[in-house]
Amino acid sequence: MSRLIEWIDERYPLTKVWKEHLAEYYAPKNFNFWYFFGSLAMLVLVNQIVTGVWLTMNYKPDADLAFASVEYIMRDVNWGWLIRYLHSTGASAFFIVIYLHMFRGLIYGSYRKPRELLWIIGVVIYLVMMATAFFGYLLPWGQMSYWGAQVIVNLFAAIPVIGEDLSIWIRGDYVISDTTLNRFFALHYLLPFILAALVFVHIVALHKVGSNNPDGIEIKKGPKGNRWSPDAPADGIPFHPYYTVKDIVGVAGFLIIFLAIVFFLPEMGGYFLERPNFEPANPLKTPEHIAPVWYFTPFYAMLRAVPSFGGTQVWGVLVMGASIVILFFLPWLDKSPVKSIRYKGPIFKVMIALFVIDFLVLGYLGMKPATPGRTLVAQIGTIYYFLFFLAMPIYSKIDKTKPVPERVTQ
Amino acid sequence: MKKLIAILSLALLPLAGFASSEGPELESADIDLTDHAAMQRGAKYFVNYCQGCHTLKYFRYERMQDFGLTKQQIKENLLFDKTKKVGDLMTNSFDPEQAAGWFGAAPPDLTLTARLKPGGGDWIYTYLKGFYKDDSRPFGVNNVVFPNVGMPHVLLDLQGMQEAVIETDEHGNKHVKELKLVQPGKLSPEEYDQVAKDLATFLTHVAEPMKLERQRIGFWVMLFLFIFFIVSFMLKKEYWKDVH
Repeated sequence: MSRLIEWIDERYPLTKVWKEHLAEYYAPKNFNFWYFFGSLAMLVLVNQIVTGVWLTMNYKPDADLAFASVEYIMRDVNWGWLIRYLHSTGASAFFIVIYLHMFRGLIYGSYRKPRELLWIIGVVIYLVMMATAFFGYLLPWGQMSYWGAQVIVNLFAAIPVIGEDLSIWIRGDYVISDTTLNRFFALHYLLPFILAALVFVHIVALHKVGSNNPDGIEIKKGPKGNRWSPDAPADGIPFHPYYTVKDIVGVAGFLIIFLAIVFFLPEMGGYFLERPNFEPANPLKTPEHIAPVWYFTPFYAMLRAVPSFGGTQVWGVLVMGASIVILFFLPWLDKSPVKSIRYKGPIFKVMIALFVIDFLVLGYLGMKPATPGRTLVAQIGTIYYFLFFLAMPIYSKIDKTKPVPERVTQ
Repeated sequence: MKKLIAILSLALLPLAGFASSEGPELESADIDLTDHAAMQRGAKYFVNYCQGCHTLKYFRYERMQDFGLTKQQIKENLLFDKTKKVGDLMTNSFDPEQAAGWFGAAPPDLTLTARLKPGGGDWIYTYLKGFYKDDSRPFGVNNVVFPNVGMPHVLLDLQGMQEAVIETDEHGNKHVKELKLVQPGKLSPEEYDQVAKDLATFLTHVAEPMKLERQRIGFWVMLFLFIFFIVSFMLKKEYWKDVH
């Protein structure tokens, strides 16, 4: 065995990679609950890829056959129902895990120097993930798949001058059709592998700068020397075995919730699998209420909140785009002298609490048909969403912070 | 731990049911997916009264073995089209285009109705009981849960004709307060309710035939995961002894 490893090591840095990224990668010893979601996101990505590949073996990307092929998988393919529910529940689970992962970054300042690029790669991952989910949602070819895609692609038509042609170019047709289904399928199969590559880059960036922690302290700048190595950070512990065994506990806890949904609530009350999607796509019959799946609804609410003026509806589209783009600038918007919420002042704590409530309220409003009252709330919510980011340079500077300790706390 | 629960409940908040109260109130059919006799009767009513127009085009005849019928019984009693095999899907020979001409819309496939309609089996149950006399409609009937439905009352000879008691609310909107049987059918109201319930039970099963199986497997999966959680937690504790 050791001779085989030697043979490989002379040709490929196997032991080196193992040591640098697992056995001798020193992570802060004070990770808490919020640090489970990175590894869980990878687990869900693998679940999506594996179940997705198996679904493809029986799925037919054809407007006449797609819906029936999904029911064929549910009924006639051995364990097809399980593979399909793992995939459909996994899509929602992916967003829950990623939203919690991003929230962790937000509260502990994981986007601050030197982790700006790590954060930016993460936002790119989030964007690719949204695109993947959007393409995938068309594939079952149900009513909501069809009309949801119709609404989203029509957003591009709102862009002045080129909009109309652009939306036709995306669809490959004047309406969502078989052509659209085929290309969405191709892209839905491609993007997860790009996602996997981006996750690799994300981890390379992470291991270059080292993990942040709930105290927001740079352990590399602290004292050196621990039980494993005299040059390692004193507050660091080897990722393997300490965080591998800890992440297994996280995986077990996650699977309890995830598989409880898969086996007992696969529709999740119509939020993971929507009722109108049990009817095949019908271009001649518009559903009475079209809403995107829950994970897009905060952004959809912002889109609808913006009134059209100057004879165009493009403003809503721009606001929705800006709500994602603004995340790229977060590392430079935070001027606080401290990273972690533990040492930040009361203004930040109030701002972020309101931000969480705001995001949930927008998500709720995005699912509901618009009424004048709801639109007003969505407008206030949209303003606050941007205020949280755009006012950050001011409130993070004037906020009264607490002194940061030298070493991580338990 | 308290913090953890708070965080989790916060995370799950957007998923907690914002139950929508749209549409008319449904009567509970109290569907029991282990009631094989009800499904067998429901299947019999379906092939006799519904399949002329409606299909179950994602459901195979042979899957009726799941609720206790043998292939022989299915072939002899439920498969009328003798050119079909027991492994075939439950289609019919009704031309959808012609049907659309007759009814205004082609009769929908019913395989997934119980998953499509809010209330599922309860919707089907209330729908089957909800026909009432309305001379303004082409077939002389309307429905409480599906206003202006294009379908005639196929079970009229069983149920008999109902009339609606119309009520006007303070906004001047008219709606059906209750239905009264004005012309009895072959069955008593209790017997007809049972027919509606049998059909609703059958169609609920058809919409997701693996439902009971997934719950049964899910129980063992949960049991395994709880044990796995405890073991992994103890493993972590053991490893982390020397960190703390």
